[in-house]
Amino acid sequence: MHELRIGVAFFLFLTLMAGLVRVIRGPTLTDRFIVAQLFGTTGVGVLVLLAADEGRAALRDVALIFAMLAPVTVVAFVRFAIGDPPEASREEPPR
Amino acid sequence: MTVLNGLSALFLIAGAGFCLAGTVGVLRFPDVYCRLHALTKVDNLGLGLVVVGLALEAGSWATALKLFLVWFFVLISSAFTCQLIARAALRRGVGAWGGTREP
Repeated sequence: MHELRIGVAFFLFLTLMAGLVRVIRGPTLTDRFIVAQLFGTTGVGVLVLLAADEGRAALRDVALIFAMLAPVTVVAFVRFAIGDPPEASREEPPR
Repeated sequence: MTVLNGLSALFLIAGAGFCLAGTVGVLRFPDVYCRLHALTKVDNLGLGLVVVGLALEAGSWATALKLFLVWFFVLISSAFTCQLIARAALRRGVGAWGGTREP
């Protein structure tokens, strides 16, 4: 079972690297960014697979932290990508 | 090789297959929204199958529970981030796919 787990982890790593092609090809900023989401999901998969072996149980905690912190990067990107609302859509201050 | 081992191996391989499908979707689908769909649905299913496969032979309830907790967090976060990214793309004026294949 050890070999299977390592093999699957390596396979997931390869799909992760294949996802990088999308970062190169774009074409929009959002296309490039969604690969970060791929890294979140598949990277957590690699970590839990590696953690299943003896002596590496701490990696499971790393996976937990990854899973909890992944949305933070997305929120940061969305704040950056949208930016402040345009002047016209802001509410008029009360007079 | 017990039945549990075989079942676990089956789940792990199925999970790897779904993760591959997610990556192929990200590379081949025509626009941001389709790619986002492949990314946040198929990949989560793949991770879920891997988690089930590992939990079957985790050895203790605490370990299995922690594995499912990891999956739960990823599920919640991708449900929200999918909406956030799609809305950001719409606001930036990224067009949706028109239905014709690019040459």
